[in-house]
Amino acid sequence: MSPDLLKFIFGRLGFDSLPIHEPILVGTFAVVALGGVTLLAGLTYFRLWGYLWREWFTTVDHKRIGIMYIILGIVMLLRGFADALMMRAQQAMAFGGSEGFLPAHHYDQVFTAHGVIMIFFVAMPLVTGLMNYVVPLQIGARDVSFPFLNNFSFWMTVGGAVLVMLSLFIGEFARTGWLAYPPLSNIGYSPDVGVDYYIWGLQVAGVGTTLSGINLICTIVKLRCPGMTMMRMPVFTWTSLCTNILIVASFPVLTVVLALLSLDRYVGTNFFTNDFGGSPMMYVNLIWIWGHPEVYILVLPAFGIFSEVTSTFSGKRLFGYTSMVYATVVITILSYLVWLHHFFTMGSGASVNSFFGITTMIISIPTGAKMFNWLFTMYRGRIRYELPMLWTIAFMLTFVLGGMTGVLLAVPPADFVLHNSLFLIAHFHNVIIGGVVFGAFAGINYWFPKAFGFRLDPFWGKLSFWFWVTGFYMAFMPLYVLGLMGVTRRLRVFDDPSLQIWFVIAAIGAGLVFLGILSMLMQFAVSFLKREQLKDVTGDIWNARTLEWATSSPPPDYNFAFTPVVHDNDAWWDMKKRGYQRPLTGFKPIHMPSSTGTGIILAGFATAMGFGLIWYMWWLAALSFIAMLAVGIGHTFNYHRDFDIPADDVIRTEDARTKLLAGAK
Amino acid sequence: MTVAVNPAQTGEPVFYLADEHPHPEGYSTSLGFWIYLMSDCLIFAMLFAAFGVLGANYAAGPAPKDLFDLDLVAVNTSMLLLSSITYGFAMLTMQQNKIAQTQMWLLITGLFGAAFIGIELTEFAHMIHEGATPQRSAFLSAFFTLVGTHGLHVSCGLIWLVTLMVQVWRFGLIEANRRRLMCLSMFWHFLDVVWIGVFTFVYLLGVLR
Repeated sequence: MSPDLLKFIFGRLGFDSLPIHEPILVGTFAVVALGGVTLLAGLTYFRLWGYLWREWFTTVDHKRIGIMYIILGIVMLLRGFADALMMRAQQAMAFGGSEGFLPAHHYDQVFTAHGVIMIFFVAMPLVTGLMNYVVPLQIGARDVSFPFLNNFSFWMTVGGAVLVMLSLFIGEFARTGWLAYPPLSNIGYSPDVGVDYYIWGLQVAGVGTTLSGINLICTIVKLRCPGMTMMRMPVFTWTSLCTNILIVASFPVLTVVLALLSLDRYVGTNFFTNDFGGSPMMYVNLIWIWGHPEVYILVLPAFGIFSEVTSTFSGKRLFGYTSMVYATVVITILSYLVWLHHFFTMGSGASVNSFFGITTMIISIPTGAKMFNWLFTMYRGRIRYELPMLWTIAFMLTFVLGGMTGVLLAVPPADFVLHNSLFLIAHFHNVIIGGVVFGAFAGINYWFPKAFGFRLDPFWGKLSFWFWVTGFYMAFMPLYVLGLMGVTRRLRVFDDPSLQIWFVIAAIGAGLVFLGILSMLMQFAVSFLKREQLKDVTGDIWNARTLEWATSSPPPDYNFAFTPVVHDNDAWWDMKKRGYQRPLTGFKPIHMPSSTGTGIILAGFATAMGFGLIWYMWWLAALSFIAMLAVGIGHTFNYHRDFDIPADDVIRTEDARTKLLAGAK
Repeated sequence: MTVAVNPAQTGEPVFYLADEHPHPEGYSTSLGFWIYLMSDCLIFAMLFAAFGVLGANYAAGPAPKDLFDLDLVAVNTSMLLLSSITYGFAMLTMQQNKIAQTQMWLLITGLFGAAFIGIELTEFAHMIHEGATPQRSAFLSAFFTLVGTHGLHVSCGLIWLVTLMVQVWRFGLIEANRRRLMCLSMFWHFLDVVWIGVFTFVYLLGVLR
């Protein structure tokens, strides 16, 4: 074939794009390929494809979509954490003339991929998954406002993750750091496909995130059950509402800034160039206008989880519900007024820096109020130290520490010294792991029995908890020390041998966290094997307070046979206290949305389009785009998207539960 | 929704709805579409901000005074504003259940929209022909992106309009189609509002600068 034709078909893609000369990647590929083939063969052998397609891939049930989000988050956690281990090992080794084991070209991709994956494809799916699962149950709804859109959003997130994972074996990932600042990320300094993988991975996933934000806002505003006023919503629902408002009000900014960067790269415009009037600092401003709200997008739902867990396991109503709600709203608003603290060193002058420094410090006030509310909820409570509560206590200690170093960094003169140092790295891991990750684990341990009907094994859970917590402190406290000594982030080799001991300690800490992750996987496996022993038939295993515990575990497709009516903040607690009797007769058919394959198909084309754009296979991009348009328009010609669950089915499901409940007593 | 949440009537509190009516189809759609529009508005806000920052960076290249033909822009603006009025007529006739007239007004709206896109493309072609390409300066990058994004939205609106005309033709003015026409109406007027911003901020103030 002529080179022109080859270039037309494959664009920039050639044999030299495959990293066959990098032993680490070849090894990884071998393992992944082997695992993948085994998985696919297993699915085929056990004839699970039809089941997966019908019951999971095409489902519009918010519960299943929530579970799939969490699975995606956990799978990507393994990838992101592998990057972390490689970095810790490299930095612990690369002393005294040693170059370590990662060449610069590879190391730079590793730290970029670590950040991107952990934020976009671990933290976001975990948080979105929990919101998806829990919110409709907490407000007594049957599903979200736009069930098809929910399925589509999930698959777009998967599409983004697929693109980022592909970069491991086809071509390479960005070597720019997780926010891809220009001019480094512009075409002149990053001419290869890495930044394009970054851009299209995030754009595809970003569409999903924005749509799911709109979806959950509508769900919370429109589908609350009778009696549930705004000030009777569970705190997790409140924080979810605020988080989704933040998503809708910030992800379009990311979309724009990445679109402008791609115009610079593909068309040759001058938004962020150094010449022809472009302004790289405008990129930094714009991306942090998205980026700062993003950290609150992640942490607010975690705050909600801790609120639910604290009041449930203290056996008390949450202290200061109203102040908790207002604190959440204040944080939501303030999160838009602090973005510049990420680059005080830009040179915007004392007045501007003071403004952003002060707004940053003010955020600690509502956050502190929350902390006291949790403490006062525990005060004189009958605390049960179950796993969710353990994670919550670890969070409270860790997050206060991270918050204090954050206030320190908010002081502009101090920030000039600490900017881009390992002190900063320690700070944001301190709040993201201590806040978001611990929150997600508390949430998973708390709601797992709701989702599957058996709780998670406490022994392996506690092991995982202690490995994670001690590992976290060992891995990140040394980074505070190193940061104060002036070590900057993203370094690959070191000259000063006195620093090595701290990096070795940090690497050991990362190893402990690794054991924590393994224990968690063990916990899932063991719990599944012991599911009969760990079984819960009551649907209310923790003696909890909010509406999701009023239905069975796992809940039926329709969530509630009859839509609940709420009279109090802790609706389910109120029902239990006032002798609520579960209805046994009078069931009616229930109207539900039907499954559809359109979401996964559309997302598949979007991913293919991204791939085409990354590799300059214009035909692929154009065809996928046209296909997307056609499938999307075709979908609008389908006017029958709902069905009725027959009353007989409802009766059968509810009778089965009645028997189970009778057996439990 | 009226619910007996008052325990006083029966003596016992009601904890569930024995007789439930599912939410009507499209119950959340208008709210959802509004929120989508606001997120789209934010996209334009960012592009306006980028234009605000870069709009005077001519890099020794052409400036608005050398490029903009305000007469042409005035004609173009009137195309879009007229299309908004005719869409309003389409909605009025839709309320009266007059399918043929609704379709006619939709068609006229589409023609105005297409004229708008046509004139915009002519303007772009002319500028590029004169060497004022998006690559020439940051000002031109921001200009083409902001105005082009608006034009792209109008083009999407046109595709949507044609789709809806087919659906109205095939299925009539059923509830779902009315809701869709209402959403497109909001989208169309929203683009009109954005264009007024573009017209003022980019063209008029640009020529004054």
